Amino acid sequence: MTNKEVSVSAIKEGTVIDHIPSKSTFKVLEILKLEEHREIISIATNLDSKKIGKKGIIKVGGRSLTKEEVDKIALIAPNATVNIIKDYEVKKKLRVAVPDELENIIKCSNPNCITNNEKTDTKFYVVKGFPIKVKCHYCERVMEKEDIKLV
Amino acid sequence: MNFKNRDIISIHDFSKQELLFIIKVSKLMEKKPKPDLLKNRILATLFFEPSTRTRLSFTSAMEQLGGKVIGFASGGVTSLKKGETLWDTIKMVENYSDVIAIRHPLEGSARLAAEASSKPVLNAGDGSNQHPTQTMLDIYTIQKVKGKLENLHIGLLGDLKYGRTVHSLVTALSHFNPTFYFIAPEALQMPQSYLDELNEKKIKFFIEPNLMKVSNKLDILYATRIQKERFPDPVEYEKYRGVYRLDAALLPHIKKDLKIMHPLPRIDEIDKSLDKTEHAVYFEQAANGIHVRKALLALVLGKIR
Repeated sequence: MTNKEVSVSAIKEGTVIDHIPSKSTFKVLEILKLEEHREIISIATNLDSKKIGKKGIIKVGGRSLTKEEVDKIALIAPNATVNIIKDYEVKKKLRVAVPDELENIIKCSNPNCITNNEKTDTKFYVVKGFPIKVKCHYCERVMEKEDIKLV
Repeated sequence: MNFKNRDIISIHDFSKQELLFIIKVSKLMEKKPKPDLLKNRILATLFFEPSTRTRLSFTSAMEQLGGKVIGFASGGVTSLKKGETLWDTIKMVENYSDVIAIRHPLEGSARLAAEASSKPVLNAGDGSNQHPTQTMLDIYTIQKVKGKLENLHIGLLGDLKYGRTVHSLVTALSHFNPTFYFIAPEALQMPQSYLDELNEKKIKFFIEPNLMKVSNKLDILYATRIQKERFPDPVEYEKYRGVYRLDAALLPHIKKDLKIMHPLPRIDEIDKSLDKTEHAVYFEQAANGIHVRKALLALVLGKIR
């Protein structure tokens, strides 16, 4: 099976997320919350990838991604590409990018942070892109990738 | 520089120029009493956690400028006990006062309070995060006793891991080309993230558990308390308690013009015998808190530009 066949074949309209690190494929699915989605969803993972070793691909028919979803995906799959499909063709190909600010995307890992003790929005600044480091707007704690938990 | 309505939440929010400006206004406050400057203005001091120096010095600063103070000194007496959120408490208090000083055990609480309030908020300590007015009075003291801030050799002693005071001080002094000496047992050394920050800024620092090895290089020795409340295990605390005890035995090993600072309260880090020496500036440091807080209150209320 070639990557080309996997990445763009089956759906008529929708979104293909490619170059997800294999270990994050199911996490990306969680972000998309597709349990109620009634159109085609196909998932492949542990595929060989020259770029990232082992990768996953998710294809979702009849669905586009919100900015919030793309931001979340960027955190766990920084090399992912998002292909927008129309009439079986890739209409647009985007690289995900971690934005400078993350609002209500992740949770602070500091149990003593006000955001974990009072219902409030969370906000983080990205201090370093790769490997990712973020700083809580409120408690100023810097978190590395392993501490990052999505809201 | 216009500080009107500005919140004072974190030392990270201030540039070198702004810090120097605050020092300048603090000096003005020290020289000239202005008993009516904040007449008819009200400061709310919301201390959800106990404090002696900070709360009293905010109160005294406001009253010396002719203002009034309302507030509470312990979280136990507020509606928080009834489950009121901090957000709602601030929304109420902003109607009763012109400026708010808050100390709260949770990190980030002061930033949230500032977002809730249309009146300026001064952070008087948010958990182990920030205590910017302490840092400003520390650098004001250094400027005063050394006559400068640039190119100083500064030793930080004691609990460098948990002490928010030393973290903020390192950030503020980084504007002035310092050389730091981090004097602490390995378990209480400066967190790596701060060392990384210093490396990025190309600031010189030395890690040295033995004070005597570096004592003769220092212009400032900033001692801190080993904080009992931060240790999960009392046996661990006993191990470190009293590892550094500054007393007369230190005197032959220091520069004549070394100044010893301490944010107070001290337990047994500095022996009383040093209090009368020229080196001790810790009580003067505490007194400087008044001038700096007067400056900040006047600035955020738009009475000095």
